[in-house]
Amino acid sequence: MNVSKDLLYTESHEWVKVEGDKAYVGLSDFAQHALGDIVFVELPEVDAELSAGDSFAAVESVKAASDVYIPVSGTVVEINEAVVDDPSLLNQDAYENWMICVTLNDKSELDGLMNAEAYETHCNNQ
Amino acid sequence: MENVKKTALFGAHEKAGGKVIDFAGWALPVQYEGIIPEHEAVRNAAGLFDVSHMGEVDVKGPQAFDFVQNLVTNDVSVMQDNQVLYALMCYPDGGVVDDLLVYKFDNNHFYLVINASNVDKDYQWMVDNKGSYNVELSNISSQVSEVALQGPKAQEILQKLTDTNLDDIKFFFCKRDVKVAGVSCLISRTGYTGEDGFEIYASNNEIETVWNKIMEAGKDLGLKACGLGCRDTLRFEATLPLYGNEISKDITPLEAGLGIFVKLNKENFIGRDALVKQKEAGLKRKTVGFEMIDKAIPRHGYEVSAEGKVIGIVTTGYMSPTLKKNIGLALIDAAYTELGTKLDIIVRNKPMKAEVISKKFLTKNYKK
Repeated sequence: MNVSKDLLYTESHEWVKVEGDKAYVGLSDFAQHALGDIVFVELPEVDAELSAGDSFAAVESVKAASDVYIPVSGTVVEINEAVVDDPSLLNQDAYENWMICVTLNDKSELDGLMNAEAYETHCNNQ
Repeated sequence: MENVKKTALFGAHEKAGGKVIDFAGWALPVQYEGIIPEHEAVRNAAGLFDVSHMGEVDVKGPQAFDFVQNLVTNDVSVMQDNQVLYALMCYPDGGVVDDLLVYKFDNNHFYLVINASNVDKDYQWMVDNKGSYNVELSNISSQVSEVALQGPKAQEILQKLTDTNLDDIKFFFCKRDVKVAGVSCLISRTGYTGEDGFEIYASNNEIETVWNKIMEAGKDLGLKACGLGCRDTLRFEATLPLYGNEISKDITPLEAGLGIFVKLNKENFIGRDALVKQKEAGLKRKTVGFEMIDKAIPRHGYEVSAEGKVIGIVTTGYMSPTLKKNIGLALIDAAYTELGTKLDIIVRNKPMKAEVISKKFLTKNYKK
């Protein structure tokens, strides 16, 4: 399992990368591995308003569909169409291939997230 | 994973890196390398599955034939010795107890292979319906292990390990005491993938030898160890029903489109009267194939609607690894079952467009 050092993580296996007032959100390597071959990705529309805890996307393996949750509130400013066109990109490199980029409405929401070290421990306990 | 049963091949799965899950109370691999490569191996070369969780019931006695003929929907009277028949057991109301393979060794000896999740229920059902038939029933599930070798290269691989000429075992026939790598096995040319192949039964303490020798014999022919994940996608593409999806106590074989395995002209079997009535009255629900028009993957349990009202449910749906299409089977109101009818599949609370298509998703590659 690969845990990227500079990212923040959720218990439900999403990662967040903060860049100024924006945040990129994706799925962790642990999650892509647990899902297996990802064959379908559904992303929200640009301009969608999301609240922390919302399910913002669905990723589907051959076997099952899973929701992906956003840990921060914000407006979708960009989506990564590449992962919709080729969902296996999430299997190939879960950190390079972000899913959406949102404005950060409330930076204090980041306080509840785990750093890489805490997340690694979390995964090892699963 | 506690309180789950382990098959005799559990150690082999762990060694081979299988991703083990709890399936119907059994610790079994859902996949090794991945569902898609394993699925493709079975379609293009061969795959080996541990299906030791399946149940086996031995039926012996002077009235074994009569007992089985009354128990199942299909007509056992047409069977030759060492033939295998697909059939269903029904409740008096026509709902399905289970589907099964009936092996006929001779008129006084049958061997019934049933689903893992239903073993206790099925065996009780058989005992309850033994009545005055002079037969002896034994649930030997825990003593028998089973592997399935499936795919166009299955025969070539298995032939390397046995002196029995496999050409002599025709589609849906079996042979007992075949030596596979020296181990005495019951083998049948049957399976659950839509491909040619064999199901191989052996004792618990010898099955690992069979597994290892087959894996070795198939190494250069593209054989892969396969998990339950692709077992389901393969059987689905071949439109083979799964208990709990296409059939259940609440779905009759006729509604599931399995009428050819229900011989209503047979003198009697449990559930016959209800099924005759259902057929005469006309089916209110039918099972159809459908393909998504909108971009979405249908899943077991999703609602189906048309003209704004719920008309049924998806029994199985997948992104078909062979066809690369999002397709499914659904049990719906008979008024909406014509080919080309537009349906909505409710995916994450949104109606997504789909169209009724033939259930023959792909041509089966059986060697008959």
